[in-house]
Amino acid sequence: MTETSDLSPRQQRLRRVSTSEVGMHTLPEAVPPAGSDDEARYGMAGDARGQLATVARRFIHSPMAVIGLCIFFGLAVAAILTEMFWTYSYTSITNTLNAPPSLAHPMGTNSIGGDVFAQAMHGTLQDIEIALVVAVLATFIGATVGAIAGFYRGGTDTALMRFVDLILVIPVLAILIVLAHIVAKQASNWLWLAIIIGAVSWTYVARLVRADFLSLRERDFVEASRALGASNRRIIVRHMLPNALGPIIVNATITVALSIVLESTLSYIGLGIQPPNVSLGLLVDQGQDSATTEWWLFVFPVVILVVLILSIFFIGDGLREALDPKKNRVRA
Amino acid sequence: MTDATMTVDHLVVDFSTGDGTVRAVRGISFSLAPQEVLGIVGESGSGKSVTALATMGLLAKNATVTGSITYAGREILGLKEKQLAKIRGIGIAMIFQDPMTSLNPVYTVGWQIAEAVQAHQDVDKNEAMAKAVALLQLVGIPNAERRVQDYPHEFSGGMRQRVVIAIAMANNPAVILADEPTTALDVTVQAQVLDSLKTALAETKASLLLITHDLGVIAGLADRVLVMYAGRPVEIGTVDQIFYRPAMPYTHGLLGSLPRLDSQGAERLRQIPGAPPSMVGEMKGCPFAPRCPMRADICDEQEPNLAPVDSQPLDSPADGSGSAGSALDEIDDAGHVAACHFAGDVARLPVASMFPDTSADHEGVAP
Repeated sequence: MTETSDLSPRQQRLRRVSTSEVGMHTLPEAVPPAGSDDEARYGMAGDARGQLATVARRFIHSPMAVIGLCIFFGLAVAAILTEMFWTYSYTSITNTLNAPPSLAHPMGTNSIGGDVFAQAMHGTLQDIEIALVVAVLATFIGATVGAIAGFYRGGTDTALMRFVDLILVIPVLAILIVLAHIVAKQASNWLWLAIIIGAVSWTYVARLVRADFLSLRERDFVEASRALGASNRRIIVRHMLPNALGPIIVNATITVALSIVLESTLSYIGLGIQPPNVSLGLLVDQGQDSATTEWWLFVFPVVILVVLILSIFFIGDGLREALDPKKNRVRA
Repeated sequence: MTDATMTVDHLVVDFSTGDGTVRAVRGISFSLAPQEVLGIVGESGSGKSVTALATMGLLAKNATVTGSITYAGREILGLKEKQLAKIRGIGIAMIFQDPMTSLNPVYTVGWQIAEAVQAHQDVDKNEAMAKAVALLQLVGIPNAERRVQDYPHEFSGGMRQRVVIAIAMANNPAVILADEPTTALDVTVQAQVLDSLKTALAETKASLLLITHDLGVIAGLADRVLVMYAGRPVEIGTVDQIFYRPAMPYTHGLLGSLPRLDSQGAERLRQIPGAPPSMVGEMKGCPFAPRCPMRADICDEQEPNLAPVDSQPLDSPADGSGSAGSALDEIDDAGHVAACHFAGDVARLPVASMFPDTSADHEGVAP
């Protein structure tokens, strides 16, 4: 094959291609006139309001999530209204002892004449308060610790995760008993209780977020944003956390359920909510002895508890779906 | 060269691993002139990507980097993260190989471009978003005003890579590093993405360091080519010098393994026998020697350094040989260097003729 003389056409083609069309493209004037429709159109995707609206729209399109939200708020509103307008308060003691449900006492009364309806509603409110504090606290601490451990790895990771292990190997109940004993006598002890439960239940979130971050940190988009000059902090908060949001939210809803269970356990051994204050867990524990005889003492709090926890699960599931852009099959 | 945008000098990158020290890059030097496109070719594991990542300061912690990298006259090797962050994106921007994973799946592409703009420019959200639309139009995304609100998974691979290019050019960087920008795309889309890349270069007046193993991409885009083998540059020259006067057997082999539009009849592609050497531990002699048809004793003894190539025919001095008028004769040797003990001889061989056909070829192709 004679190379040299044959190559002339290729040569010319090469020359032509390698002179790129410098100067052919100019940056279009794309800054929209202020206050025009364009501004709203361009601005939408970027600003938080637009993102939030999109998430809200997707959330509304999930029937289970909407049902969950309605039940949750329904229960909360009912509890608040009962507190304000119901004939009896959760501390009231009437002359009617151990009465089955009637018009005067829709959920009956207990052995000392307390109105179960008022108590259950107050307990619902109390549980919602505790659960929200625990969920926020545990998720915040857990996500922070997990994110830092997973992102920096090495010594930081080891130190933080061994600390998590330490909390995990000591029985939760033991920690709770020691801590709860100290604060059991405090005024407004439900808040302290919530903080204590939060302080021991963040470990699961931390492990989950760490595992997620270990895989996320190897993804190209993390490297790409570093190549754009983003700081570690920005990469963690703006780029990686949103990608770990699904498991975090699901875990937050599980934490809510778990905190209610823990709270009732503590109440059962007398270190949780102190009478005359009530919680649903306390009511269930008090009622379970008489579940076969005075069934209303047991059944109503249990049903409310189950419905409450389920509604939170539904909300969490809906949120996770709504926050995941790939799940979006709804076009506005 | 003092007016170069970026220079890399005797860059050495070692990784300490459980199996010993992996010598990924064993001394590479090059400079990038303003608006120049330098292509780096080489097979997997030859140190191309590591070189690019080293210039961005993005290597893993177990890497030891020595040598010198200067950008705009300033040494950037060994800078603190904080100072590097000021250069990344606005001085040197990077385009990654796989557009499927280099965009954040939970944000709209508009958000991501706007973020890049706001990272280095003092503009408000609306302005940044308007810039994002302009950039998307520039890289050839139809309906850019609407598409800024879409998420990466709603784009095709080629479109995503164009979004990545838009992000890279958002801050008018002086240097763009493209690490195999078209490797993850199918051939028809590659051409469109390369067009977008050319647009980006014209718009930003940036220099481009184009890393690829696709010689076609190099031919279409690069001004100069650096061929890497086993962590070292083995040949540097202009596109014409590399494609028509390759002076290193490895470059010959690469060209011989490419199908050519101008080849006559049923030519079989010629392969380079063997496999690249292990990068763990010391090497003696030319790393390509075990695969090289021109191997001589000296090749096993001494690793050749980059030296100027003299490719002019021995018997017909200067010009005026048989094939008069051919553009090929105008290729001079200015700036052409190769690391081969027999560089001159290799350069005088017809391109791609060096490696033998396999015996199966002779039987199979007979008409």
